Amino acid sequence: MAEKNIAIIGNGISGITAARFIRKFSNHSVTVISKESDHFYSRTALMYIYMGHMKYEHTKPYEDFFWDKNRINLLRGTVKEIDFANRQLHFDTSFKVDSLYPAPPSLNYDVLILATGSKPRRPEWPGMDSKGVTGLYDLMDLEYMEQHSKGIERGIVVGGGLIGIEMAEMMASRDIPVSFLVRESHFYNNVLPDEEAKMASDEIRAHGIDLRTNTEVAEILADESGHVTGVKTTKGELINGQFAGVTIGVEPNIDFLKNSGLELNKGILINRHFETNVEGVYAIGDCAEFRNPIPGRKSIEQLWYTGRIMGETLAHTICGNRHSYQPSIFFNSAKFFGIEYQVYGEIPCEISGDAETIFWKSKDNKQSIRINYDSNRGFVRGFNLLGVRFRQEICEKWIEEKTDIQKVVSNLSAAAFDQEFATRPERAFIEQFERQRGIKIKPIGSRGWKTALKSLLKT
Amino acid sequence: MSERSMSIANPSPFSTDAYQKGALALSALAVVYMFLLISGTELLSPVLSFWLLTGFFTISALVYTWRAYRKKPAGIKNDGIWYSSLLARGALAWMAGLIFTVFYVLLYWYPSTLGLGMGENGSNTGLIAAFDPMSYWIKGEAASEWFMYGFFYSLAILVMGVKFFVKYWHSPYQKWRTASVVFFQLAFAFTIPEILMGLNMPYNDFFNMWPLNYYFFFDWNLQQMLDSGTLGIFMLVWGIALVLVISPILTWLYGKRWYCSWVCGCAGLAETAGDPFRHLSDKSLKAWKIERWMIHSVLVFAVVMTAMVLYSFFSGSNTVLFMDSHNVRAWYGFLIGATFSGVIGVGFYPIMGNRVWCRFGCPAAAILGVQQRWFSKYRITTNGSQCISCGNCSTYCEMGIDVRWYAQRGQDIIRASCVGCGICEEVCPRGVLRLENGPATDQRAVEQRVITIDGFQPE
Repeated sequence: MAEKNIAIIGNGISGITAARFIRKFSNHSVTVISKESDHFYSRTALMYIYMGHMKYEHTKPYEDFFWDKNRINLLRGTVKEIDFANRQLHFDTSFKVDSLYPAPPSLNYDVLILATGSKPRRPEWPGMDSKGVTGLYDLMDLEYMEQHSKGIERGIVVGGGLIGIEMAEMMASRDIPVSFLVRESHFYNNVLPDEEAKMASDEIRAHGIDLRTNTEVAEILADESGHVTGVKTTKGELINGQFAGVTIGVEPNIDFLKNSGLELNKGILINRHFETNVEGVYAIGDCAEFRNPIPGRKSIEQLWYTGRIMGETLAHTICGNRHSYQPSIFFNSAKFFGIEYQVYGEIPCEISGDAETIFWKSKDNKQSIRINYDSNRGFVRGFNLLGVRFRQEICEKWIEEKTDIQKVVSNLSAAAFDQEFATRPERAFIEQFERQRGIKIKPIGSRGWKTALKSLLKT
Repeated sequence: MSERSMSIANPSPFSTDAYQKGALALSALAVVYMFLLISGTELLSPVLSFWLLTGFFTISALVYTWRAYRKKPAGIKNDGIWYSSLLARGALAWMAGLIFTVFYVLLYWYPSTLGLGMGENGSNTGLIAAFDPMSYWIKGEAASEWFMYGFFYSLAILVMGVKFFVKYWHSPYQKWRTASVVFFQLAFAFTIPEILMGLNMPYNDFFNMWPLNYYFFFDWNLQQMLDSGTLGIFMLVWGIALVLVISPILTWLYGKRWYCSWVCGCAGLAETAGDPFRHLSDKSLKAWKIERWMIHSVLVFAVVMTAMVLYSFFSGSNTVLFMDSHNVRAWYGFLIGATFSGVIGVGFYPIMGNRVWCRFGCPAAAILGVQQRWFSKYRITTNGSQCISCGNCSTYCEMGIDVRWYAQRGQDIIRASCVGCGICEEVCPRGVLRLENGPATDQRAVEQRVITIDGFQPE
């Protein structure tokens, strides 16, 4: 195979995974370009830097020598323009930053991978330009938040998603009172079913957060110096705060590609092989938008692991083993203050006609297990867990093989992944299942790896 | 933005409240009083000195714990750690390290400065005299520097064990483990040996395993056991069986954690008083290389030294291969027994973390590590592709294992140094890790779960 110059714009999880696997599979020259940081760090850990759990250096999954050792070239700079006809990148020469790897004015490539990620979505509210208003996506945002949340009396977070709750937790960790404004009737209710959304909301309030549901912002208020002083809701309520996190979602970071000849919609349009309309140019991760998404999945997938799968799959294709995007069974996880959240398969926030649900909740309101199954044929469709850990491989296998709900329930301990000595929430779930159906099943007794392996190897 | 600018200045909200400041002042006062005693200024009677020292330290730690955690809901309590002077190698950390180190130097090499035998007719004065009443009460003789040290050591484990217990109130694994390690220290490492001495039996800690207990095979210890009837013979047989039979079986079943974080006295201190410093361990690849060389060198040293000592015991000749076995064992005691395990091992807690000795030096840990690496059922399993590479697991690994390196590849963690403290599975915000005992093979249904495409060999 002829060796090519492969340029990757973006050193997030998608771009870096592509770079690592291209290196693993080939001797192509690989260059990763970033505006944000010299080295790959884990964006998911931004909150922990602010909270003092980690320092920036701990968020780097690979030591600095890794890149040189694996012959992955790093460049720090901003791409101003892409000359697709001549396969050349032009950098913004006015971009000056303290870096080990300053970018040259231009760079030739044979293959280009766009992995430019997201940026926080900005609503059209008056006052959005006030000082002390920001989203949270990258290191620059974190530093902005650090500076502008210092010494304040109250912080405001607008938008009840996963970044919103992180910002609320971050400020709470520094004893800053927080007002958390959420459009839905419970936190994350646009994703979580009512019961789980209520539990998460209770947990947020238990941590002293002033959670305001059914609340939308009309305007950001500022003083004469242009610094935020609070927000006004659509109901005319005034909420004071000297810092406002606006976390109403993210959108593809593609402004510099407008009018470049690359076909764009919300994101960079790609087929299932990550190919754009320009030959030799691919897009992966948060910035990419599938023209024909896989049924049941979104056209833009902004998850850590989907970025990783895209990067790895594309590396195969570029190294001569053409593969399409196959993300398998959906899963995700998060943590709502002290409560962990895991989901496997389909768990819509409202149960549709052909699905049934079984829901168990612990007395202390900290744990729940929900299993959805097909109302006609009885096979499991999804698991939703709060404060309970299940094994991904087992849940995935049950969903893939369309396993019957009763069989799943009787084998539930094979999926249990909670710590040793921890309570056995799956047993309470099984008992409730038996009561509801008026039957006795014979559940497997033990949990642990041995049981899990047995269950996985059984066909 | 330069990467260096991420070192965020000390934000005020993480500061301590008035009660905590008072508690810290109380501890400082006790330290000052200790040095007054050492310098020969005896303001109070020995009994009052004893109560002042132990009382001030105990009250100080308990008040601090109460104020720190009283309003915190169940969950991880690592807020602000990297902003703390004492916990993040600031000025307070160096001061604490210096005080610990000075104390150890005096204890090991200048016990007379602590008052050992400095009074009339060889009675104690100063610091050690403060422990005479307690020593007379337990075993009817004056305190030695080791009685004083053992008492302090046990008290630290008990009081800081309470703190750890409160910190991890939500985790049954942590509570059982801590209860165990505190119990073994109080019962087997302190009380039983002291009572044995009072009964004119050999001093013996039944769970201080050779070669951590490097003097087990010294002539005086062997002779003492052989001269002490049935109990002495039992001690001898038990000590040999512990290292040759009992510990390999337990390590095969449960990993080295049964000893290194449930039983051992070094673990007792490291997991309680040392816990606040666990994140200071070095996670670099280089540190891992040094670790393997160093710990196995100490093991070889311990084995050779013991073999020489035993040769001398049976042959009656002190010269083995042109070297005096007494000299070799004296050097081992000085370099490894005192300097490494004591001065560096504990004195450097605030600088190098709480497991420096266990990781780089302990020959017993080296033996258990080899067993764990090659034939144990124990490992940490990774839950599918759920890892988000945040780095909490690696940061809080006291043994400096880069847990994330394995977790993000979907691999199980099987490392010789893992003591199974379980903190990685606590701090993981996605519930990805589980300590497990399973089939003792490298069996795993899917070895690298994140690899989405199997069977591709690059050209």
